[in-house]
Amino acid sequence: MAPLPFLGVSLASAAAVYGAGIAVGNEYLYFASYTVAQYIVLATAWNILGGYTGYVNFGTAGFFAVGAYTSVVLHKTVNLPLLIMIPVGGLVCAVLGLAMGYLTLRLRGVFFAIATLAMAIVLHTLVVNWSFVGGARGAYIIRPREVMFFASYSEYLFAVMLLLAALAVAIARWVERSRLGRGLAAIRDDEIAAECSGVPTLKLKLVATTLSGFLMGIAGAPFPYYVSYVDPAGAFNLAYGVNSIAMPLIGGMSSWVGPLIGALLLGTLQQVATVTISSAANLLLVGVLLVVFVTVAPNGIVGLLQKVRGQSGARKKQNG
Amino acid sequence: MAEILLSVVGVGKRFGGFTALEGIDFQVRRGERVGLLGPNGSGKSTLVNCVTGTLRNEAGEIIFRDERIDRLTTHQRIRRGIARTFQIPRPFASMTVRENVEIALLYAGAPAGNERVPHGATEDDAHHILEEVGLQAKADERSGSLTQVDLRKLELARAMAAHPQLLIADEAMAGLSMGEVDEILALLMRLNQAGVSIVMIEHIMYAVMKFSERIAVLVAGRKIADGDPQSVIADPEVQRAYLGE
Ligand SMILES: Nc1ncnc2c1ncn2[C@@H]1O[C@H](COP(=O)(O)OP(=O)(O)OP(=O)(O)O)[C@@H](O)[C@H]1O
Ligand SMILES: [Mg+2]
Repeated sequence: MAPLPFLGVSLASAAAVYGAGIAVGNEYLYFASYTVAQYIVLATAWNILGGYTGYVNFGTAGFFAVGAYTSVVLHKTVNLPLLIMIPVGGLVCAVLGLAMGYLTLRLRGVFFAIATLAMAIVLHTLVVNWSFVGGARGAYIIRPREVMFFASYSEYLFAVMLLLAALAVAIARWVERSRLGRGLAAIRDDEIAAECSGVPTLKLKLVATTLSGFLMGIAGAPFPYYVSYVDPAGAFNLAYGVNSIAMPLIGGMSSWVGPLIGALLLGTLQQVATVTISSAANLLLVGVLLVVFVTVAPNGIVGLLQKVRGQSGARKKQNG
Repeated sequence: MAEILLSVVGVGKRFGGFTALEGIDFQVRRGERVGLLGPNGSGKSTLVNCVTGTLRNEAGEIIFRDERIDRLTTHQRIRRGIARTFQIPRPFASMTVRENVEIALLYAGAPAGNERVPHGATEDDAHHILEEVGLQAKADERSGSLTQVDLRKLELARAMAAHPQLLIADEAMAGLSMGEVDEILALLMRLNQAGVSIVMIEHIMYAVMKFSERIAVLVAGRKIADGDPQSVIADPEVQRAYLGE
């Protein structure tokens, strides 16, 4: 399927989920689905750098929080509509991704991963000490009382995050099948051989960090409105970094389907666990699943399915 | 005589305190077939790495088609028309054989240098190149599972896909049977007839002597001989340093 029709399908799926959601009409359902959709965006974003390119980013929480705090700043200064804040948050994180790329992409493997973690810690410290956005105490965000076309603001946020998830997945799929995606895969497999095949590795890696950062930023931008109160502990939560790695790993990192499946599965499980057990069970759940998958199915659910379908199905030419 | 395509002037390279290359002067003319000989560890692969940019040379200059290239990135040099094979094959292991070749077609194969290959063209080109090296039957196999021999063919296929003007084959025939050596020799000959200059690094003397119009010899990071094959082989210094051992 060509990129544009796929975007159509992806948007239609989001609309269908939205339709089903309002048919049930439960505020908690919106709230939970928002989180799952947000993880679809984060996992998909992470996978563009981690899965396609082979660079592990431990700093997802940093990007997410910068997206969120960009909205806080905008809210306190010019107070733009959310639909404008989202691309702004994305752009700020795109620049952050580009900068991170310039500073760290010459590092390989574990050193790159540590550098991204360090970046998130530095950003966290900066925000804690920035009183304009509330410092360590955090900031309250007052949601608009009502929003056009939607019954409630929660319903609106739910729709917005579904839209972002649909966009993120469509972008990831397009990247995967484009010349860019082929180049990223070559980098992941062997960077020196990639250069020797004419692949401009540094440039492509910068494109990947920028795009990945942008998507993480748009996932974070609506967050202050979703929680009404943001503090550094919430926005820089360990869960974002861990989940954005665990979801692609569990789903499968080689294609756009993996992070989507991983986020749906793990995101939903976590929501259920939060209600039935406690929110503390979430990370435990992720940890257990990670261990199981890394040992039993290192190529994730997608890898398992391909194995079941047999080599012929899995290796079939990927057209359109 | 044809124009000089590649000119290596006074190139030196050190690894820590170890001198891998020193004062290397080496030229390749357009359309030429050059053999590069030398015992293990004499610096042949290091020279290739300096020419392609995988390593930076510390001393000297490298000029390709009248342009100084030794501060360009590797992919820029590849796009200007230099391709190489790796002595120890480096396939894109998660990709099929065809996809490996397509990477080079997509990123370096545009004849003009930087333009994109029109959509659809790569598949035909890849098919054609794989046929040339005898890998067409394995086009859809994962390159990570190929045998050593096939990996060497894939190295050649990927280098050809960059549509180079100069191809440096770093031990492309190691481990191949007599018949396969002849196949690859014939392939390199065909490429050369199509105008590609070729530097062949090889320990198989039969292949080098059959192929080369000129031979250069490295010993311990220095060039000790450079000339027509017969006189280089007869050179007492070469015999002592290399062939006689
Ligand atoms: N990256 C590196 N770091 C340190 N030393 C190196 C490096 N690459 C090569 N060397 C050393 O430089 C010397 C020349 O190596 P090179 O690979 O160029 O030899 P060669 O002529 O290609 O040998 P062979 O015939 O075995 O392939 C060797 O002593 C090798 O150990
Ligand atoms: Mg060598």
